[in-house]
Amino acid sequence: MLAAATLALLVTVGLALMRAALGPTVFDRLQACSTVGTCAMLLLALLGFLDGRPEFLDIALVYGLLNVIGVIAVLKFFLQRDSNEAANRPSSEDAQS
Amino acid sequence: MTIIIDILSAVFLAGGAFFCLVGGIGLVRMPDFYTRMHGASVTETLGAGFMLIGLMLQAGLTLVAVKLAMIGLLILFASPTATHALAKAALLSGLKPKLGEQHSGEGGISSKP
Amino acid sequence: MARSLITLVGLILFWVLLSGMFVPFLLAAGLGSAIAVLLFTRRLDIIAGEAPPTYLNWFKFIVYCPWLIREIMVAAWDVTKRILHPKMPISPTMVEFSPTQKTDTGLVIHANSITLTPGTISVEVEPGRFLVHALSREGGASLAGSEMDSRCTSLERH
Repeated sequence: MLAAATLALLVTVGLALMRAALGPTVFDRLQACSTVGTCAMLLLALLGFLDGRPEFLDIALVYGLLNVIGVIAVLKFFLQRDSNEAANRPSSEDAQS
Repeated sequence: MTIIIDILSAVFLAGGAFFCLVGGIGLVRMPDFYTRMHGASVTETLGAGFMLIGLMLQAGLTLVAVKLAMIGLLILFASPTATHALAKAALLSGLKPKLGEQHSGEGGISSKP
Repeated sequence: MARSLITLVGLILFWVLLSGMFVPFLLAAGLGSAIAVLLFTRRLDIIAGEAPPTYLNWFKFIVYCPWLIREIMVAAWDVTKRILHPKMPISPTMVEFSPTQKTDTGLVIHANSITLTPGTISVEVEPGRFLVHALSREGGASLAGSEMDSRCTSLERH
């Protein structure tokens, strides 16, 4: 069952990557990134169990922290860039990337 | 006894895998950004939660289980914050949500573009 | 000062929890790291503010958690059915309503609970005004004055 769950997570990562490639706006891509991060965290935990190496859990924990902070940091960067661009051109369209 | 725990753990892992997949499908199928977030939140709550419970059942009462619980708590506390930040940023940047695909005549709710 | 002490004890406990080893060197390293982090947070001035331990009715919070988990499961199942349904019966709405919480802690718990339940996402959060995006009209309509709202309010302690 561990292997099956790992496979399902990999498929989910694939779907999220598809959204990251397709997604019309920056925020779609970021949402996909955050989903990939959650899945990676679970994958690390599962791999730790598959290999019998519980040290992987620490990496998963750190990955989870970095995932949240990373998404918010990238978000902040894009928001700043968007507001700078909006200042340059008054008619701001949707946040198309 | 161990067989029962193994079966329970397998059931939880299967449930977690199912809900993760559903979240991924929602992420691809949904029509616009705000609705996609709802799909992703299924992965982040039930998918991750069930999977962690399944792993915790396999670990038993050890430090590993406590660490898994910490991961679960981290997801529960941090992921809504990130989701909220994303949604707010999207709205601030002028991304309009598509509203009311079906039965779009009902009043009573102050819906705002 | 008391708050700094609580932070220090919490950090040391977190270290011990993650390492799980009781070698003197590692314990000393943990103590050193905890003190360093405490100094950094003091310098950044982020220990101050409204602290949950004093503004939260902990007994009610412990009762609230299982209720929230049940609620999340019900909502997630609903969203799952909507996603897998061939026609996707969704009707996205934006709902604006005023929560009854007075403290920041209560507002944050309410907003996080809304976001955690699949199908609803809090988009804008201000005292007295929540803007929520809901996947279905029914989900959005049930938000204002909901059981979650009254339960979050009862968590607060003034």
